[in-house]
Amino acid sequence: MSTPHSPLGRALDLITRVRGVRGAMVVSRADGLVVAEQLMEGIKGGALAALASSLAGRLQRAMVSAGLGPSQFWHLQCDQGALLVVPAGEGLLLVAVTEADVNVGLVRLELLRAAETGA
Amino acid sequence: MSDDVKALSAELAGDPQSLVFLRLGELLRQKRQFDAASRVAIHGLERHPHLADAHDLLARILADAHDYERAFDEWDMTLRIAPQHIGALKGLAFLYFKIGDLTQAEAHLQAAKDAAPDDPTIEQAFAVIRGEAGATLASPPSPAPHPTSPSLAPELEAPPARTRPSGAVTPLPDERIFAGLEGAQEGLLLLDLAGLVLGGALKTPDGRDVTDTVAAYLAGVSQEAGRAARLLDLGAWRGLSAEGQGGHVYLAQPTSESLLLLMRDRSLPLGRLGLLAQRAAQVARQWLERQR
Repeated sequence: MSTPHSPLGRALDLITRVRGVRGAMVVSRADGLVVAEQLMEGIKGGALAALASSLAGRLQRAMVSAGLGPSQFWHLQCDQGALLVVPAGEGLLLVAVTEADVNVGLVRLELLRAAETGA
Repeated sequence: MSDDVKALSAELAGDPQSLVFLRLGELLRQKRQFDAASRVAIHGLERHPHLADAHDLLARILADAHDYERAFDEWDMTLRIAPQHIGALKGLAFLYFKIGDLTQAEAHLQAAKDAAPDDPTIEQAFAVIRGEAGATLASPPSPAPHPTSPSLAPELEAPPARTRPSGAVTPLPDERIFAGLEGAQEGLLLLDLAGLVLGGALKTPDGRDVTDTVAAYLAGVSQEAGRAARLLDLGAWRGLSAEGQGGHVYLAQPTSESLLLLMRDRSLPLGRLGLLAQRAAQVARQWLERQR
């Protein structure tokens, strides 16, 4: 989807380099389509992008209605792993899928850093 | 700045993950530098949100600064992490004593005594309480059985049930969902999967009631979270947290047919928000079971 030397590729590289990250992707917020991805085999990128975008949209509307402003990071904790999402510029979302024992704080930082650099 | 504060500060700067913040915070508390002590404790809690001694430290600082509401919350949290924490049991006894609830004060002291039978300060505190028992409660007592050193207690029976000792907060009737939970009237929401409100309420920071709007937006979140977890082979989802510019939210699933939302401002670390939400979910689960 993206070359390793493109800005998107570099951003995903940094995220997937964290131990316990199974994959990362850039998703279009508006239509839930994959923009770029680096996923381990078996992860269905297209379906994940659609779900992540839809969930992010619901949370965004709920948080703005609650007066908390737009969501800057969200974290779905599951028994065997997690899904982490950060909004990036130009209507994009950065998504990471992780194992259960990942350093969530580190992945969050990499996601935020990548979002800041305009992934 | 004294040498010992300087030394501990330097040690902490060299290793921010270190637990030396406990000693530094305690030292600053003893020097009555409550703002600095509080900052140290809060930074420590951001790195170690599940450390009972860190919550106990912050509670002692807050109690010394006469912020009893928040001190209660911190000691309450300490006991949720370490149910036999002597410092927290003595601290809560102190707060109950301050408001004249001698029964609760004695119950907490008894739990502390059971955990640390050789602690002489507990007997002294008992003496103070028993001395007050016959007197009028109109004037709150000033000498207090205040905890002096944080410590983890050995395993024991759970402490007595607690209710917030505050004259400022109107107690909720027991049958209400979330009764006794902090912020039940403005930052907690229980809804069904269709987005209909079952209990709690949400208000914006400027006081607008947004309960129904937020509930409607959250309809379907539970199913989508479950679908994402299944798609990724991640097992069941346990919680969904989100950081906003003006605060955090945490979603939990008390039952397969309900969703709970806890909302707080950014001063509450996300890890602690998760703990509070799981506690609220447990209360909600019990309430939902009683409705069947």
